[in-house]
Amino acid sequence: MAGSQDDRSLTRRELLVSTATALSAATLLPAEGDQAALGTQPTEPVIPADPTKVPGPPTSAASARSPFVQMARTPTGAIAGSSLAPIHLMNGTVTPSDLHFERHHAGVAMIDPARYKLMLHGLVDKPLVFTLDELKSFPSVTRVYFLECSGNGRAAYSAPKPELTPQLIDGLLGNAEWTGVPVRTVLREVGVRSDATWALAEGGDAALLSRSIPLEKLMDDSLFVYAMNGEPLRPAAGYPVRLLNPGWEGNTCVKWLRRLELISQPNMSRDETSKYTDPLPNDTARQFSFVMDAKSTITYPTYPVQLTRRGWVEIRGLAWSGRGRIESVDVSTDGGRTWTAAKLQEPVLDKALVRFTHSFQWNGERTTIVSRAVDATGYVQPTLAEYRQVRGGGTNYHYNHLRAWTVEADGRVVYEVAP
Amino acid sequence: MSRAVVLLTLGASLVLACSRSGSGPADSSSARRGSVSPAPSEPASYALGRPPEPQEIAAWDLDVNPDGVGLPSGRATAIEGAVVYAAKCATCHGAKGEGVAPNPPIVGREPREGFAFGRDPALVKTVGNYWPYATTVYDYVRRAMPQDKPGSLLPNELYGVTAWILAENGIIARDVVIDSLSLPKIKMPARDRFVRDDRLTTPNFK
Repeated sequence: MAGSQDDRSLTRRELLVSTATALSAATLLPAEGDQAALGTQPTEPVIPADPTKVPGPPTSAASARSPFVQMARTPTGAIAGSSLAPIHLMNGTVTPSDLHFERHHAGVAMIDPARYKLMLHGLVDKPLVFTLDELKSFPSVTRVYFLECSGNGRAAYSAPKPELTPQLIDGLLGNAEWTGVPVRTVLREVGVRSDATWALAEGGDAALLSRSIPLEKLMDDSLFVYAMNGEPLRPAAGYPVRLLNPGWEGNTCVKWLRRLELISQPNMSRDETSKYTDPLPNDTARQFSFVMDAKSTITYPTYPVQLTRRGWVEIRGLAWSGRGRIESVDVSTDGGRTWTAAKLQEPVLDKALVRFTHSFQWNGERTTIVSRAVDATGYVQPTLAEYRQVRGGGTNYHYNHLRAWTVEADGRVVYEVAP
Repeated sequence: MSRAVVLLTLGASLVLACSRSGSGPADSSSARRGSVSPAPSEPASYALGRPPEPQEIAAWDLDVNPDGVGLPSGRATAIEGAVVYAAKCATCHGAKGEGVAPNPPIVGREPREGFAFGRDPALVKTVGNYWPYATTVYDYVRRAMPQDKPGSLLPNELYGVTAWILAENGIIARDVVIDSLSLPKIKMPARDRFVRDDRLTTPNFK
């Protein structure tokens, strides 16, 4: 059911079963005369036959989704696990915070903000420790950036099958409005010594996850962020403070950040050696592959959608590039033979998700639809064949080849498993 | 303020707002009263934060670098480490480091020659065939292991477990003493296989 694009396809029975535990009696007004339902739990949500004839529930402290809307991530239950966002059920570009993807290496660290501190030390003139309040007292900036796990797309490359949703392929992806302080502003306070070229960023989770980050990036656009989409970071997003390196691998954006140590050589931590490196066909492994390459994916129509009528269909999707702004997105509705520039929804922001749309007339015949991103540096999203030739069969991250979807003659849409 | 006054004020500002939006640019600036100064330049310091106590830094600055900086005193051999490994690691990683699903093996040297990970997706990465630095083993185990009790192993235990993993992978002998001097000197089989990212040298796909 989670994969259903059309909410209206839910039966009332399914709806009631799936939402009964999630809803309290107070969130929906019982039908007239059904006072017994008040205060009992769990209670079936009751939708009046004519909402214009019955007053609705009063205001609430925080609002929930409509019981008719089912959106969920895919938690694995593992401490070192991930949870993919239902990007194919989203419209627009901002990822709701409670559905932003998760990838943790030792579970979600739960941190008391009163005891939180961030330490900057190492090759600096004056090491300093900051409280959360002090970090929030620095001049703040608010920016929209995508965040993506570098393993995103693995299912489509390593285990492709027709029954793949965009969530299962590219759900380790989010886009949020972040608020925080530029790292360079805080580095100015400690005085970076001339022999410092990197910094070790360390999280306060049970893995003490650590990544070496080049100083150049930290002085460019990296942020210590404490808010996401207008509210404090949620614990799963790194509460109270995470590092955000725009356009870079998600794991470099260290959550629950507790320490930044200025150093002269990378630390060679586990997550920059044994993990998050990219073996190539020439018997080497690419290391410190921080930047997320340009990518796009159609999010509608895709599996498990079935088109029910011929005629105009709006193809919708997302595009992004860690190198900068998306310049254009090309869409093909004939399996890549001909391409048309899709409409990009404004504003097109640097290192942020861009929504593209393209309408085409589906005539009821089998056809393959595919999108192709081009970014402002001229980088073009590669085909699967190009990708396979350059990256080889054993690569494990940075899967940015084209994703294609085939609309079958009966309207079913499936992931195109290219030969 | 009485309710009536509030309503009146609100009403007046609404009227103002409406008339303002309806008027041309010529007189719209007249509503911007008072002088507007440029933003102040950035001060030399925002005077936030405090210097950490030396013990505060020492408590957190536990990372170990490839040159051995950060390694504490202590020492152990793989023979000694075998006891620690069996007690604290084998449940998840297997008695011989062969892995216990879903945890992959940490011991194994295939391929013996070459580094075919980019060509052969079936190859399993282990400490022996993929990790480029021996210091990373110590650093990571200290940070994150055992998973249910991270940070609980003492330096001698950490040296012992590190030595055991290296010995099982055929990189050192079981009686070699591993300490802050010997560990950074070990050259891992995959050490020279890692290259820096070169993708950004071109707008073409690499």
